[in-house]
Amino acid sequence: MRDPSTGVHRAIDAVWRMESARLVAGLVRLVRDVGLAEELAQDALVAALEQWPGAGIPHNPGAWLMAAAKHRAIDQVRRARMMERKHGEMAREREALEEAAVEMRDAALDDPIGDDLLRLMFIACHPVLAPEARVALTLRLLGGLSTEEIARAFLVPVPTVAQRIVRAKQALAEARAPFEAPRGPEFRARIDSVRGVIYLIFNEGYATTSGADWTRPALCEEALRLGRILAELAPGEAESHGLAALMEIQASRLRARTGPGGEPILLPDQDRGAWDGLLIRRGLAALDRAERLGGVRGPYTLQAAIAACHARARTAGDTDWGRIAELYRELARRAPSPIVELNRAVALGMAHGPAAGLEAVDALRSEPSLQAYHLLPTVRGDLLHKLGRMAEARAEFERAAALTRNGRERTLLLERSAACGIPDRC
Amino acid sequence: MRVMILIKATGDTEAGVMPGKALMDEMGRFNGELVKAGVLLDGEGLHPSSRGARVRFQGKDRTVVDGPFAETKELIAGYWLWQVRSLDEAIEWVKRCPNPTGEWGEAEIRPLLEPEDFGPDLAPGLREQEACLRAQVDARP
Repeated sequence: MRDPSTGVHRAIDAVWRMESARLVAGLVRLVRDVGLAEELAQDALVAALEQWPGAGIPHNPGAWLMAAAKHRAIDQVRRARMMERKHGEMAREREALEEAAVEMRDAALDDPIGDDLLRLMFIACHPVLAPEARVALTLRLLGGLSTEEIARAFLVPVPTVAQRIVRAKQALAEARAPFEAPRGPEFRARIDSVRGVIYLIFNEGYATTSGADWTRPALCEEALRLGRILAELAPGEAESHGLAALMEIQASRLRARTGPGGEPILLPDQDRGAWDGLLIRRGLAALDRAERLGGVRGPYTLQAAIAACHARARTAGDTDWGRIAELYRELARRAPSPIVELNRAVALGMAHGPAAGLEAVDALRSEPSLQAYHLLPTVRGDLLHKLGRMAEARAEFERAAALTRNGRERTLLLERSAACGIPDRC
Repeated sequence: MRVMILIKATGDTEAGVMPGKALMDEMGRFNGELVKAGVLLDGEGLHPSSRGARVRFQGKDRTVVDGPFAETKELIAGYWLWQVRSLDEAIEWVKRCPNPTGEWGEAEIRPLLEPEDFGPDLAPGLREQEACLRAQVDARP
């Protein structure tokens, strides 16, 4: 048997993580104020912490928490109404509050299709908020993460995150952000913003995963969870399945992409046996779902299709680079960017030889946004190396080493540069 | 973290009795909840042990034993693979699972060994081994 005293507290913590998003989402619909909804939900948590250790965990903890929060909401409305009477405030506003109180009593707070949750995602990713505020609010409201946990995950001081969240709630209130889910083109833009935030969270965990820092992989897991939820909340949205597919496939490589010393291992050198087969299968299934929904393939679906080409190749040599180059061309049309072009150049180099790749890279050399980007000389150096133009390759690797801000990458590039000086090394 | 949920066998599951429609519906609803919460990664039901076999190891010897196996409550009738944030979350989810038989039932929750669990000592060894193999491959004419 588990120790009952610590067991209950740990159980409450787990229930809170599981229920807080739905709780806040339902409350936002009623009180139309994110800050107030969160306060009410927190009050319900406090009530649970007071009562559950003695009375035991209720049969349906989510419903219990919602009922407790609702009672507090009704109390609040009553108190506000009394204040108004005292101050003889406008009758119209009072009517609105009374209406809200009635609605609160009658509203069925069960939300079987998860509309409330989707609405909450839309609110947390509202365009009036800066991207870092969207991230913080999403992790807080939908992930149930504490301010401290968010701060630790993003290596930012706690007060900074706390302030970000307070300001975000204020900004939402000031903008009088509507709490209804938008329709038509507005829906498209907003759900895109939600996907962007989820992918941002994923990348924060993915790009710097070192293994030593547990909070980073946890961010990947959280983003994956949110992505899977989003895909189910609006299952007709192909791009959400595309995003889920992209994250599943990328996450499948997490354990293969860093060496024992934390140094990055590039895709062709990764031990494919260490890729997570389950996540690959899930990723391919999600991609299939996205593609079966049809329509124009969006950037996430296209990137997932590219990731799938790598995932399907049993060895690096089996990679269908021709198809990858085609997919990059489609991606460049859908979401033009010099980085996509650079990736396409790499794929062309692999599919049609280094000379073809070099031609595509050289077309990018005057691109202003890539001037300080270390991967441009890295890719160029690699192609020159393959063409046997060692002196030029060496210069490019050196340039790349000077541009990168990552110490481990710099070491790798300097090694490559040094290797260019020893022509008979291989 | 990932956990495996092992659903223990009962007399019925071992006899190959298929679950009734009511239970199937309930389980379907529960599975739907798991999917919508982003928890469910994978899961399947298993045939009774009478359709399975065991291979026993004794030094270099291998003995094959055909099912069925006797100790019903120690056998497994199905499994799930979940992604949760803690063991406690997994426990809360399992508590919400419909009782598969209406009477006795047990589900065991076991966290998966993740690469981190092997510690830094094993990984470099594997890497070196792999690097060595690759060098051999590269050295071929």
